[in-house]
Amino acid sequence: MSLDSTPKAIAGPANFVDERIGAGNFLKRNLRKVFPDHWSFLLGEIALYSFVILLLTGTFLTFFFKPSMGEVVYNGSYEPLVGVRMSEAYASSLNISFDIRGGLLIRQIHHWAALLFVAGMMVHMLRVFFTGAYRKPRELNWIIGVLLLTLALLEGLTGYSLPDDLLSGAGLRITEGVAMSIPLVGTYITFFLFGGEYPGHDVISRFYSIHILLIPGILLALISAHLILMWVQKHTQMPGKGRTEQNVVGAPFYPSFMAKSGAYFLFTFGVLALLGTFAQINPIWLFGPYTPADISAGSQPDFYMGFLEGALRLMPAWEINFLGHTLALSVLIPALVPMGIIMTGLALYPFAEQWITGDRSEHHVADRPRNNPHRTSIGLAAIAFYGILWLLGANDWISAKFHISLYTTTVVGRWAIFIGPAIAYFVTYRICIGLQRGDQEVLHHGVESGVIKRLPNGEYIEVHVPPAEDIAAHVLGKKRIPAIEAAPDGEGIPPKGARGPLGRLRARLSQTYSADTDAISLDGHHDGADGHHADGHHAVNGAAPHAGVGAGADKESTRSIGH
Amino acid sequence: MTENPNDIEQAEERVPRRVIGTPPPGDEASALGAPVSTREPIKHEGVTYPDPDKARKAERIVALLFVVSFLAAVAFVASYVVFQVGTIDRTATSNLALGSSLTVALLSLAAGIVVWVRQIMPKYNLVQERHPMVSATDVRESVNDTFLQGANESGFVKYKLLRRTLLLAAAPLGLLPLVLLKDLGPLPGTSLRHTVWSKGRRLMVEGTKQPIRAADFNSPGGILSVVPEGHEEDLNALAKATLILIKFRPEELKPGTNINWTHDGIVAYSKICTHVGCPAALYEQTTHHILCPCHQSTFDAADGAKVIFGPAARPLPQLPIAVDGEGYLIAQSDFNVPVGPSFWERGDAEAEVRGKA
Amino acid sequence: MNSITARRRHPLARYAVLILALSLLGVVYALAAPVGDRADAAIASGKADDVAAGKDLFAAHCASCHGLNGEGSYSSGGGSGPSLVGVGAAAVDFQVSSGRMPYADPGPQAPRKRLPEWVNQDSIRQLAAYVQSLGGGPTKPSLESVDPSKGDPAKGGELFRANCIQCHNFVGSGGGLTYGKYAPPLNPATPTQIYEAMITGPQAMPVFNDTTITPDEKRDMIAYIVSVRQQTDPGGSGLGRIGPVTEGLVAWIVGISLLALAAIWITAKKRQVNHD
Repeated sequence: MSLDSTPKAIAGPANFVDERIGAGNFLKRNLRKVFPDHWSFLLGEIALYSFVILLLTGTFLTFFFKPSMGEVVYNGSYEPLVGVRMSEAYASSLNISFDIRGGLLIRQIHHWAALLFVAGMMVHMLRVFFTGAYRKPRELNWIIGVLLLTLALLEGLTGYSLPDDLLSGAGLRITEGVAMSIPLVGTYITFFLFGGEYPGHDVISRFYSIHILLIPGILLALISAHLILMWVQKHTQMPGKGRTEQNVVGAPFYPSFMAKSGAYFLFTFGVLALLGTFAQINPIWLFGPYTPADISAGSQPDFYMGFLEGALRLMPAWEINFLGHTLALSVLIPALVPMGIIMTGLALYPFAEQWITGDRSEHHVADRPRNNPHRTSIGLAAIAFYGILWLLGANDWISAKFHISLYTTTVVGRWAIFIGPAIAYFVTYRICIGLQRGDQEVLHHGVESGVIKRLPNGEYIEVHVPPAEDIAAHVLGKKRIPAIEAAPDGEGIPPKGARGPLGRLRARLSQTYSADTDAISLDGHHDGADGHHADGHHAVNGAAPHAGVGAGADKESTRSIGH
Repeated sequence: MTENPNDIEQAEERVPRRVIGTPPPGDEASALGAPVSTREPIKHEGVTYPDPDKARKAERIVALLFVVSFLAAVAFVASYVVFQVGTIDRTATSNLALGSSLTVALLSLAAGIVVWVRQIMPKYNLVQERHPMVSATDVRESVNDTFLQGANESGFVKYKLLRRTLLLAAAPLGLLPLVLLKDLGPLPGTSLRHTVWSKGRRLMVEGTKQPIRAADFNSPGGILSVVPEGHEEDLNALAKATLILIKFRPEELKPGTNINWTHDGIVAYSKICTHVGCPAALYEQTTHHILCPCHQSTFDAADGAKVIFGPAARPLPQLPIAVDGEGYLIAQSDFNVPVGPSFWERGDAEAEVRGKA
Repeated sequence: MNSITARRRHPLARYAVLILALSLLGVVYALAAPVGDRADAAIASGKADDVAAGKDLFAAHCASCHGLNGEGSYSSGGGSGPSLVGVGAAAVDFQVSSGRMPYADPGPQAPRKRLPEWVNQDSIRQLAAYVQSLGGGPTKPSLESVDPSKGDPAKGGELFRANCIQCHNFVGSGGGLTYGKYAPPLNPATPTQIYEAMITGPQAMPVFNDTTITPDEKRDMIAYIVSVRQQTDPGGSGLGRIGPVTEGLVAWIVGISLLALAAIWITAKKRQVNHD
């Protein structure tokens, strides 16, 4: 049985809307919009749906939360705190947790959703980075993404400070200490933020309006822009059969992508509900009310702030006094530099890469990470940098649980923060090259079939068969990494872009960045031809023409790897 | 830019070719109310439709999952009514009941939809063309012309006085919101240089709010967290004035500690870490280390709380203490240097103090 | 021996002699040693038998480090310990009943461990009586003075947050200290041991004597510690109750992994089997 005509219940309203806003034209274009299918393309939706759930659960919490630092004596259901003086904010958070049905569940889902919001953004961003999906024309969307991540960190900080418990107060105190260390205006910023001396009576209500109105509003606007740009520019696709820079291959929005996306929203919500049910998060009742006189061992921020915490812990005691002023480098450097390196680095990377490769063309087919080894290695080095700082943010627990001397963890961390990224870079680079060689092997020799054959001369061989067509196409999606023209012309004059110190640097970077990728040739001839060649791939490759830019890349294009 | 008809990609060779009635692109407009009479299914190649038997089987699985989701949602409502809160254990039960029913409702609905998409909906790839994002040359030229025409019509370039006074008018308007922020807080002044400690103010035990008789605080290796009398619950005062009070055997004290500011081996340091202001509160009586749990700055309490490890750059300031006529510990004065984290106007207060001495 | 030599400066890291040799030596010394005068006080209090039995136990299990008369010893070869004169019965009860003493392996800190076979209520009482006889000190608290049900947990919570959590964490999960030392978790500690730890200041822990934090206030703290550690975690698993570190791990390991699996399931290409 199938539908022959659109049911009245849908046709009626649809007609109403179309007659007023002409929705038909939009729907005609977009109902069957194509969305490429790859599991990693859904990672960004974790963040998107977490954000939706944050809005919903957060609204519920605002119905009961009182953003006030006025003092009350607690008289609620949580026995061990009855009779204790605390702020109204803390008392109402306890109230949400213990005296409102479902309040604890919603609070926990909200907090877990905050963690998954940031974690989802991070994995999504890594996917975009490693596949080169930030390249032209998507640089703007990449920058919006970096802004979103920065704002999400701020949103998290203002959010977990609200319950005014002892742990969140420790975070607030550190925030104050960092703000105060800013040269020239630090004390003023602090006094304006806290309404006078720390902790004052205003910061909770101020953070509240920032947390529930200002930042979510900006987030909402940027997320909308992010999605609209994605929609207009169409999604990137992984390399594969029939996939070119001029097309997009995938499932239609209606019905299949719509259903998948809806299911993924429910999965996200379901996993958050699962965590909210079975994993306790931020048990504020155990922390007690805030007082600047007390602190607990193991006072850590939420995970996304962990790298800043680690940076503060790593830093040696540097401080400069001059002319009656103090420059607290041991606070300023760790608070600003790692964040600056990571966020600025992210924002500038697409443009830096364009400058180095001289590549101004549009890219819609994603790179496999192995096929751009320098980019992938830079990414892994950044992950190592971030990861070491993050890990050191918990060095007291590492020390306590694994019985390593506390100072040892710090001192090791001080070295690891420089050495770790270098090692990560080198190892990743070798792995990428190794994987490329593996690809070459598959294309030139085929894959092991598991069939053992005896030759007339008695020799046993394992029969290699050509790889499946879709796999071959996927592998053959490898592109040459463009490089700028750097070789001197006939009169020994280097081209315009490669003159001067900056130009020479650019030329060198360009050579390095694009080197090695053609050394492992997928389409060239192979010396050790042994009769097991996979055939047919040249034809497939024809659909994905190389972006043949650059000079230095030609010379080695037929070099092959010995076996 | 997306008006071009979708192509349905040819399926891979190994996939059986089937023909189904996929409505052609462009016919969606019929959803907008134009009555459509019976029509021929449009035939496309390269679409795999699920085997009807398998689809029927999948339908039963999906239906089961949807029913489970329905029941779990009902269970959620029932849990809300049945399980009340009011004690820790009852909250735990309520959270478990509500949360697990919600989880089951959501996840089984999600799983049902995925089975539905994967087992019942047809599989095929559509191909759409991409076009460069850049607009056509004639469009760009036209926009450029329009812009120039408008700019000239406005006279913005021609009438200099207009242009300059407009900019003049705009500049302060942008600053007005910043001016309004001034009343967010008072100016710092010298408030960061002082605490509520003053001559004769008693030291009180944090939590019990009792004054401390020096003779009672007599176990070497003992510590107390101390708050100023009269400000035991004044958080603004505590944020600067909280102390860590340590009892030493007199011979354990080293030259870094100002002995005139101690009483019978009892030393008072600011508890506010000089790094970013966490309470530096861990004390190891064997090593005399004060450790800040936030960033592990470590101070030697026996030696004037000088920094021996970590990011803090300055020792914890020592508070001059004495005993009053009744034998209770009191402050001799305020700290002689600002307590807590560094700030721009702080300067090297320690050196200034040494210079005066 | 080199590693031991390296650590010899640590007052508590010096116990590395075979138990058998220890016992033998102890017995020999015990037979040869003169009877201590300090036992008089204990004899007067009617515990002479305990003191004598305790002295034997002490000689067998403790004297190799703490000296034959508890005066402490310092040996460059390891096996040295602080003087026990004046530490009191409470210290002995705490250290021995929690398995920290006798100290088996040299390390930054004596860990809580399984009790040796000779340790039981009687032997601890006898050992404590002997050490008490050496020079007084804090005594073992009465059961009533540590009874959590008689304390006020809310009041105790405030004191606990003011004095304890900086090392032992919000709920007594413990935490790290310098040079490999650590503040142990409070969960295995009995109310008596918690009280004793406060008044004796074992290892790196500072002392909270009864004149500044009264016995009633200590009982309030014990009431808080016990009530919180017995308390259900209403929000599900407590994740070790150590705060955001485990929460972050769970968000990544459980949350992101489950959702990545869901994404893989949703988008997985089925290799069609030909049914025709």
